[in-house]
Amino acid sequence: MTDSRKPAGALTMAGAGVADQAAAAAPGGGNAVRQDAAWRMILRAFTENRLALTGLIMVVAVALFCFAGPLLWPTDQVHTNPLQVNKPPSAQHPLGTTSLGYDVLGRLMVGGQSSLLVGIAVAVMATGFGVFYGVIAGYFGGPVDSVLMRIVDIVLAVPVVYLFIDLASVFKPTLLLLIVVLSLLSWLGPARLVRGETLSLRVREYVQAVKIMGGRSGRIIFRHLVPNTMGTITVNATFQVADAILTLAVLSYLGFSLPPPAATWGGMLQDGVNFLYDGYWWEVYPAGLMIVITVVAFNFIGDGLRDSLDVRLQRR
Amino acid sequence: MTGYILRRIGQAVIVLLGVTILVFILQHLLPGSIARAIIGPRASASQIAAFNREYGLDRSLPVQYFSFLGQVVHGNLGYSFKQNTSVGAIVIHDLPNDVILVGTSLVLALLIAIPVGIMQAVRRDKLTDYAATGVSFLLYSMPSYLLGLLLIAVFAVNLRILPAEAPQEPTIAGVLSDPAGLVLPVATLTLVTCALFSRYMRSSAIESLAQDYIRTARAKGLGQVAILTRHLLRNSLIPVVTLVGISLPGILTFGLIVEELFNFPGVGLAYFNAAVNGDYPVVFGVTVLVALATVAGNLFADIAYAILDPRVRYD
Repeated sequence: MTDSRKPAGALTMAGAGVADQAAAAAPGGGNAVRQDAAWRMILRAFTENRLALTGLIMVVAVALFCFAGPLLWPTDQVHTNPLQVNKPPSAQHPLGTTSLGYDVLGRLMVGGQSSLLVGIAVAVMATGFGVFYGVIAGYFGGPVDSVLMRIVDIVLAVPVVYLFIDLASVFKPTLLLLIVVLSLLSWLGPARLVRGETLSLRVREYVQAVKIMGGRSGRIIFRHLVPNTMGTITVNATFQVADAILTLAVLSYLGFSLPPPAATWGGMLQDGVNFLYDGYWWEVYPAGLMIVITVVAFNFIGDGLRDSLDVRLQRR
Repeated sequence: MTGYILRRIGQAVIVLLGVTILVFILQHLLPGSIARAIIGPRASASQIAAFNREYGLDRSLPVQYFSFLGQVVHGNLGYSFKQNTSVGAIVIHDLPNDVILVGTSLVLALLIAIPVGIMQAVRRDKLTDYAATGVSFLLYSMPSYLLGLLLIAVFAVNLRILPAEAPQEPTIAGVLSDPAGLVLPVATLTLVTCALFSRYMRSSAIESLAQDYIRTARAKGLGQVAILTRHLLRNSLIPVVTLVGISLPGILTFGLIVEELFNFPGVGLAYFNAAVNGDYPVVFGVTVLVALATVAGNLFADIAYAILDPRVRYD
């Protein structure tokens, strides 16, 4: 905050990439202004890139559907209704009812809430921790780096779904636990990415200059290294939302997620599968479609931002 | 290069040791105690004490860890009290079925992804490229079981030409005797693996196309087909080794889901059922095994890359 009042010296102007353009966009600005500008670049990416904008509109639509939808279409998603079981779509139930008598349209809305919450919360928490971890490993290097990165390798050696099932077979999942555990298993990617970026950033002239001027490590890390990895972080975080929603869908399908009567898209699919042979398509396809639309939307944003921010990031 | 390989093997050993520590911690996170989880909530205090004594659970944690590590090193992954058989026996029984499912799917996925990737690179930004990109985009935005469900809905429910269930004979001969039952599981796993590979193959082929040796080949008058098969294909095969190695965790996860969906008698299904039934020795034993496969896959990929590509220098 206070930094914005400091005059921008030649040294802050020397920042590469994001910092360069931002400094040019806001001459005379300081560090805080520069970080603002990084966000403005991301905003501009949305207005200029059609793919990112399409994705954003889709995400907003899904979010409105899930959070505002129940206000317009209130349904009981807790108590079962044995009189309204497996009803095909009608005026009363536009997408039919499930084998327990829940209204499918209403259940899609409620089920989406947990998907979006978990996806976004996991991306934020995992990215926050991963960035912190990666920048420390990359900045200090040497034995610190070796130890920190071996720990990443160890957790990475067990595929996420297996680790999660191990944990879920021991603990009973709640929304908070899902978020915490999925975050604990998702910070590895950003940690590796940011470490790699930091390795190349820390030898740049402007970092050297701050060091020579006596800037402490904390200042270098949080004022210079982290802001310069912003592009990579943002793109990766977007993909992480998509991945977390997919993982959650898989886990709910396998039955290792919120227990009934809580609604999840994956859980709806698991319930509906049994009725595929009976031709009750409304119990399977709408939930599947919602998962695909949401994941595609976040992948669109990620791809669009990557192109706009010119981030070199290999996706899978 | 020998130094690099030795260092790499050393790293892999450290990672594996870490995995055993991780699994050991997970075992001790079980609510109550291991004894209670295995012999049940109604066991008396003396029965639990007897169980702990018999299986060495009354010793200090470090001693227990090293005894656990010693067991794992000797190939003993634990004993399933629920199924009254060793975890190793379960794995040995089911693993050949996985080799059929995962192996066939992997080979098919490569046979599709490599030519498609090269075609996309050659016809970059044309309609075929966009179409292939779109399909793989859709496939990896889809939970893998959803694809399997769609295939079941079309081929088993509507057209009624393929069974919706994998072969149920739990032996390798039984699995092979029912090839129709293998079609849908293998197709599902192949398609999702293809989606995992195709982007990587495309960008790798685009990179290769820009290399000098391709220009040289063109300059000396080689035809397009000869360039693609003799130069581009061969060089594009090098990163495939890495790709298969690093994709192993993903493929094993897809395998688990496909096995659950089609009720395919493999290690993944055994693991899933064990997790549902609280058969913890099987859960943790298979976890160690999956981690071992992942680490071995990465190690193999790195070493093969070092041997196959003489341009890469290691110091």
